[in-house]
Amino acid sequence: MSWKKALIPLASVPLIILLAYGFWTDPRAIPSPLVRQAAPSFRLALYDGDPLSLEGLKGKPVVLNFWASWCYPACYEEAPLLEATWRKYRDQGLMVVGVDIQDKEANAREFMRRFDFSFPNGPDPGSKISIDYGVYGVPETFFIDRQGRIKYKHVGALTPAVMEEQVRAILRET
Amino acid sequence: MISTLGGFTLFLALGVTLYAAAASVLGARQGREDWLASSRNAVLAHFCLVTLAIFLLEYALVTSDFSLRYVANNSTRASLTRYKIAGLWGSLEGSILLWEWLQSLMAALVVARYSGGGGSEAPSGTRQLLPYVQAVLQGISAFFLILMAFGANPFARIFPVPPDGRGLNPLLEVTDMLIHPLLLYLGYVGFSVPYAFAMAALVTGRPTEEWLRITRRWTVVAWLFLTGGIFYGGWWSYRTLGWGGYWAWDPVENASFMPWLTGTAFIHSVMIQERKRMLKVWNLTLITLTFTLVIFGTFLTRSGILGSVHAFADGPVGMMFLAFLALVLFFSFGLVAYRSDQLKGHGELDSILSRESAFLLNNLVLVGICFTVFLGTIFPLLSEAVRGNKISVGTPYFNKVSVPLGMALLLLMGIGPLIAWGRASLNNLKRNFLKPGLAAVLGAALLYALGVRQVQVLVAFGLCFFVIGTIVFEFWVATRTRARMMGESVLAAFGTLLLKSRRRYGGLIVHLGVVIAILGIAVSSVYKVEREQTLKPGDRLSLGRYSVRFEGLAAGERPTHILVWANLQAFRDGRPLHELMPGQRFYPNQQSPFASVDARYHWSEDLYVILSAFERDGSSATIKVIVNPMISWIWIGGGVILLGVLVAVLPERRLALLALRAKAQVA
Amino acid sequence: MRSAVKASGLLRRVALRGRGGRGLPPLACLGLVIVLALAAPPRGEAAGEPARPPGGPPPDLEQQVYAVASGLRCVVCQNLSVADSPSDLAKEMRSLIRERLQQGKTPDEIRAYFVSRYGDFVLLEPPKRGFNLLVWGLPFVALLAGACGVYLVARRWTERAHQAAPALDPAYLERVRREIEERKGSTGS
Repeated sequence: MSWKKALIPLASVPLIILLAYGFWTDPRAIPSPLVRQAAPSFRLALYDGDPLSLEGLKGKPVVLNFWASWCYPACYEEAPLLEATWRKYRDQGLMVVGVDIQDKEANAREFMRRFDFSFPNGPDPGSKISIDYGVYGVPETFFIDRQGRIKYKHVGALTPAVMEEQVRAILRET
Repeated sequence: MISTLGGFTLFLALGVTLYAAAASVLGARQGREDWLASSRNAVLAHFCLVTLAIFLLEYALVTSDFSLRYVANNSTRASLTRYKIAGLWGSLEGSILLWEWLQSLMAALVVARYSGGGGSEAPSGTRQLLPYVQAVLQGISAFFLILMAFGANPFARIFPVPPDGRGLNPLLEVTDMLIHPLLLYLGYVGFSVPYAFAMAALVTGRPTEEWLRITRRWTVVAWLFLTGGIFYGGWWSYRTLGWGGYWAWDPVENASFMPWLTGTAFIHSVMIQERKRMLKVWNLTLITLTFTLVIFGTFLTRSGILGSVHAFADGPVGMMFLAFLALVLFFSFGLVAYRSDQLKGHGELDSILSRESAFLLNNLVLVGICFTVFLGTIFPLLSEAVRGNKISVGTPYFNKVSVPLGMALLLLMGIGPLIAWGRASLNNLKRNFLKPGLAAVLGAALLYALGVRQVQVLVAFGLCFFVIGTIVFEFWVATRTRARMMGESVLAAFGTLLLKSRRRYGGLIVHLGVVIAILGIAVSSVYKVEREQTLKPGDRLSLGRYSVRFEGLAAGERPTHILVWANLQAFRDGRPLHELMPGQRFYPNQQSPFASVDARYHWSEDLYVILSAFERDGSSATIKVIVNPMISWIWIGGGVILLGVLVAVLPERRLALLALRAKAQVA
Repeated sequence: MRSAVKASGLLRRVALRGRGGRGLPPLACLGLVIVLALAAPPRGEAAGEPARPPGGPPPDLEQQVYAVASGLRCVVCQNLSVADSPSDLAKEMRSLIRERLQQGKTPDEIRAYFVSRYGDFVLLEPPKRGFNLLVWGLPFVALLAGACGVYLVARRWTERAHQAAPALDPAYLERVRREIEERKGSTGS
């Protein structure tokens, strides 16, 4: 068979390579256009009654976490880590804020009690904040620096390593 | 016990398959009839073994033997027996086993049909092709068996044995689950037979028309199953998924549509080769593409590289499918390249204005649509690989690009069957197309007068009228001529006509069905209206001529779930019409509820209602109402297609008997 | 009788040789023109404006919401649009769209907002720029190339059929001769 003829079956090689490339991608990992942008402002009516707004936190690095009590197991896995991080770094000025999306209030309060949440949490009626932050699902976490810029977005349950690295990064920035 | 036995059976089947393939090739090469006979027996033994494996898995499913992981994942004790049985194709491992069983069934049918070198009625050449056909079919089987042995073992054990299984996805626990997947699989597997014959024709160096003649009926039947599976799938998702649509251009839907398109092109272009002995390479390419696209579609669903509703798990299976896909591509096109000297056609065409040209264009458009669907399906992957940019290619894209192509196809559907072979004289054109053309223009003008202003709708309707015109005209002229010449009654003439050239008239009926379905698709997509509103008891939601009054909420326990539904009274033009009860189903193991659609199905338009949300105290409910005009025409069209194919392929003798009886009655 | 028909076809072909062939193939042209004419979507549709019922009033708010929402991907679903999805998030996105439309935002502005939050991924049809032009253009380019290919092949075939060089194809000539003989024979008997 001449080499010209061999070209016919070989024409399918690029396709095979493209499909094989598919194994190395994650169809669920979608980069957020908000990273390195100013974090959208929001107002949260906290479960403990106080209001909270992003403007009010100016100058502080913020870990903004989107969760829900029905999000099992991922939200349940990372909840203790959120609370621990808040306790560890609050003195250095770190804020941890939880946004509870599409939840029943009673279930949400039960969730917060279960993990002994002491950082501010509030519901997101109408999913306004979630849409503003381009949230695809729960849990998702945004790391916002002192200038109010989003430095990093994490999808899925946080791991201690990621948390530590990102918190240090936003604390470092002045 | 079952696990060991099942695993052993599959391994044995793999051995037998490989033996059958080897023995048939060796037998054919050395002209040893005893080896060929032995290979045929091995094919049958292989079928028996896989049947045994199916029985073992079904037995485990029906008796809820949760020591098998597959059973634990796909059924529960509480499931109805029929859904326990359907668990066989509920997820990856079982569906591969089912596929392999159908594959072995096809191989066995080929042996049974053509055993002893083809019998008297088999076309010549069958005898030479058959050993290689078997080798190819057994090779495909071997792939599926290897897949089960090393990647997706349906008989894998689970430890500790769970007290109860997880069960099927509630969406799948419906009667449709018993039909739709089987139809699709039969279609997919069916195309492997013409593919195997094509490859055998290449291997033996007989790439003439004989493989086409032998496989004609196989191809049409496979096409029928695939078409049926696609239509049935649309119907199913329309009635149960609860978003008011039937086709979402999901990668898996596309995966079934692509082989359908190339298969349809194949069925048409085969006619040119049979008549004019040209397009040899093209037909080989089309059948190879069809089979490859079947494998490609399965790869898409099983690999998880594209997110999809129907996607099963990932794992080594995706890689193995990709490897098989590459193998099939290299093997098939390598063979085509190897035999290219024999395939040089000596095409001749009297005139460009001929049926041959119309068929060529038909093939071009069908393959063009297939290419579009293919491009759209893998483009997100391509974009990510090349640009690192995640994008979506969804319904609006596919509709925009494929609708104009569909229109072109519609036009060709009118022209193709009536334009003369060879050279269409002006007279032929005038005779066949003047009246249908007039009908199309008049029909479109009438619609315009009635207030339809959308270009797309007018064009679609005009073309549909044109095609229907050509079909009706053809039937009418032929019937009248025959009745006059033979002195028969019109009815008898019509009947004999259908029987005499069943392929032609069956084909025309299929075309009619396609047009009916296209009308349904066009009208329902353009004129669909919907409204969603939150209602308190006693409130009304109005939409066009319809309105629904919310009477109240109710809830009840069902064997497998809790159902919450809204009682609605529907009105049309202010008059009470129907009670509708859309609901939500809550399953213990599922996080979110499933829709339970209610609708008033009618041939002119469907009134389709969904309960989208409700307050637990029953104080309000959010209801979505969709009016889908002429959507039933899609399903009716599917039925007409089925009828047409049956006319075209039902065995001669049976039809002749029917005709005799009919004649006796007329007389 | 059958061979007579065939022979007459062949005779006609011989008689017609040399004529025709060149010029535009009307059928291919017609198909192409229609494809191209339809490839440009009707205007209102392209801008994402809703389909208007015949002679009806201008599109109301709900239809506008539907038109915008049907072009956006429901981010928590598999391959459903915001318009079609029954999920809570899609419902809230629809009410957000409704709100913004009431505030006087244009459909384009609303789409741009969603893209700024979710990225291009949220659009169900890829924006027609850069690399994406490939997915929009390639089908038509391929079709056009295919149409040219079909035309060229068909022309070559017609030319071959009409070639005035029977000496080059003795088998063909023999076939014609034989069939003429046959025809003579059949009419003679």
